[in-house]
Amino acid sequence: MSKVFVHGLGAVSPAGWGVAALRAALEKGQPLPVNTLARPGWEKTLRIRSVPPPSERPEFFTHARLRRSGDMAKHTVAAALEALGGRAAQGRLGIIVTMLAGLVSYTRRFYEEVLRDPATASPILFPETVFNAPASHLAAYLGSTAPSCTLVGDDGMFLQGLGLAAQWLGTEEVDACVVIGVEELDWLVPNALRLFCREDVYSSGAGAVYLTANAEEALAELTAVTDSISFTLKRGRGAAALKMRSQLPRQAPKELLCTSVHNIPRRDAAENTVWEDWTGSRLTPRTILGEAFAASAAWQCVAACDALSRRDFKAANVSVAGASQQAIGARFAKP
Amino acid sequence: MRFPPPQNPARSAPHRVVITGAGVITALGRGWNLNAEGFRQGRSAFRPVTLFDVSRQRAKTGAEIDIPNDLPPTHLPQKTARRLNRAARLLVTAAHEAWTQAGWAPTENLPVVLGTTSGEMSCGEQYLVQAVSNPNNQKRQPTRVAQYQLHRQGLDLCDAFGFEGPVTIISNACASGSNAIGHAFQLVRRGVASRAFTGGHDALCRLTFAGFDSLQALSPTTCRPFDAGRDGLVLGEGAAMLALESLEEARARGAEILGEIIGYGATTDIHHLTQPHPEGDAALAAMTLACERAGITPEQVDYLNAHGTATPQNDATEAAAINRWAGSRAASLPVSSTKASIGHLLGAAGAVEAIICLMALRGQWLPPQAAIEKNDPACRFKIVRKPMDARIEIALSNSFGFGGSNASLIFRRWSE
Repeated sequence: MSKVFVHGLGAVSPAGWGVAALRAALEKGQPLPVNTLARPGWEKTLRIRSVPPPSERPEFFTHARLRRSGDMAKHTVAAALEALGGRAAQGRLGIIVTMLAGLVSYTRRFYEEVLRDPATASPILFPETVFNAPASHLAAYLGSTAPSCTLVGDDGMFLQGLGLAAQWLGTEEVDACVVIGVEELDWLVPNALRLFCREDVYSSGAGAVYLTANAEEALAELTAVTDSISFTLKRGRGAAALKMRSQLPRQAPKELLCTSVHNIPRRDAAENTVWEDWTGSRLTPRTILGEAFAASAAWQCVAACDALSRRDFKAANVSVAGASQQAIGARFAKP
Repeated sequence: MRFPPPQNPARSAPHRVVITGAGVITALGRGWNLNAEGFRQGRSAFRPVTLFDVSRQRAKTGAEIDIPNDLPPTHLPQKTARRLNRAARLLVTAAHEAWTQAGWAPTENLPVVLGTTSGEMSCGEQYLVQAVSNPNNQKRQPTRVAQYQLHRQGLDLCDAFGFEGPVTIISNACASGSNAIGHAFQLVRRGVASRAFTGGHDALCRLTFAGFDSLQALSPTTCRPFDAGRDGLVLGEGAAMLALESLEEARARGAEILGEIIGYGATTDIHHLTQPHPEGDAALAAMTLACERAGITPEQVDYLNAHGTATPQNDATEAAAINRWAGSRAASLPVSSTKASIGHLLGAAGAVEAIICLMALRGQWLPPQAAIEKNDPACRFKIVRKPMDARIEIALSNSFGFGGSNASLIFRRWSE
């Protein structure tokens, strides 16, 4: 199995478009302001953190594939292009997109049309409801015919995506791979989230990590991805999180820990217990940005690699105790 | 997908990957035997859709399943089993057959790789309807949200059979099932895991039916793949699961081997979100890649189970790709699309069609497609129209999906 290196990072988040905006928000350490979102037929509003409009309209918005697409595809492409940094044309580029909720906005719009009258439901909307539409649009924009894959699951699926990318690189299925975590904003998702955790604030956006097997000029090395430890009847979140940590290489001083905690005690209990002995630096992006499932896990990895490349850490550990499926961890080191 | 994989000298790759369990449920019936009999005869299982109102749709038929009231015995608590919805029930039913046949015991670290396009979408539909029509009523809404999530059915499988995953859900549209099997194949082949439980599932739901109907992709008549007068696909539902393991492990425990997977190729067609490249470039690349990895040539393929949706565009493209890939072999290559019997099962299609290939390899027969009147002249290959016995050593299965996800799998008959 060959080594795997991080060569680029990308982010679209409530902090803004780009890794620099994400970094600035995390360095400031203050939760971003909460916005509200109306829910049809309901007097109250939903608490969200939305992605601000881009300061300039990106050129790719005019691409034939992306003119009609929703935020999910646009955020996917924006994060991926930032991570690729203009290196898209080099060899076979694998694309892995991960998500939980899927293309909810188009799905809701299409189904509302079906409920009104299926005979007049729009054929333009339906194809954009398919889970792999963002991966398809990105592949078309980049002209990449190498394998692409859409993984659907909870936030930990982004780290499974890193593991799949490492496998593809190790077997030379691809020459490089971009892994994206993405979620979009529609009232259906924060409305669902509040059924399980009223304190949580839903956000949206995307994060991307660009990987190759080449060590030159790398930002970081991906040195480990643990198994995905499922939450089952036999094994709850606590036991899963514990096993996840046990699979990460032994941590040493001067390392960074980037967790998925929200500052919501009930939600964070398993992960806090597992890392209670940690005395080093910590990053907790969700306490600043909110909960965006696969995108949040991607921001964790982006923030960890960014910190590794700019600050005096020897390694960065990423811990995800996911929303409803798995605990999984990853480790990045200075190359 | 642990990285780096745990070091285990006994697992030095590459491994031969064999299938020791297979389970299937389609509109032809529940289980291997009923389905084998139906596919061998080329029976059609289409009927009017009753699961939801189709009175305002162009198309009104599908391949619905009469799902048995009783699930097979599992470790699921009764309450959980009762709450399983349509897609999960299909999946657990197919999984039970595969699991039992494989003779596996519950274990840790058994990867589950599933393909689906919509999972339990009907739960999402119900959630939306109630959220809009009765915003203050939250009764059953948390359950609907939980069951809508695609990984829920994977976790249900873990709980049903007493293992713990990891669970990976691939949603690459209509290639999902083949991609899932291909991914599981690679895990075992490369020694990342010694076993994997894989397959696909999808249940009929209103949103998907209306979606394909809105694109005028559904046939208002019947499903006639590669027919000159074809006018669209018919949607079906179902599930299929395969127990994969390394040949060494299967032999060590004396397992019955149903067949071998020898090749997998995946590519992306970037022509259009829903329309394949007219010359089938990506489809050709997937078949070529699968053959290269299997170490075979098209001349060695004895049967090709086509994606063959019966839409004008898919079949024209696939025909072009098969013609190019097969070359001089095309004239004598038996090809059929079993979607003529059970419709398009979307995320389950590749998994069910993998099992059909296994059935053909084990039974030494070719699955016919009865509903064809006049071959599309674009097809230079031989379309299997009548039940027939044949000598089949190697079968190839194609799956092509929206978004340009293309996959080809190659299976070999097992003989010691």
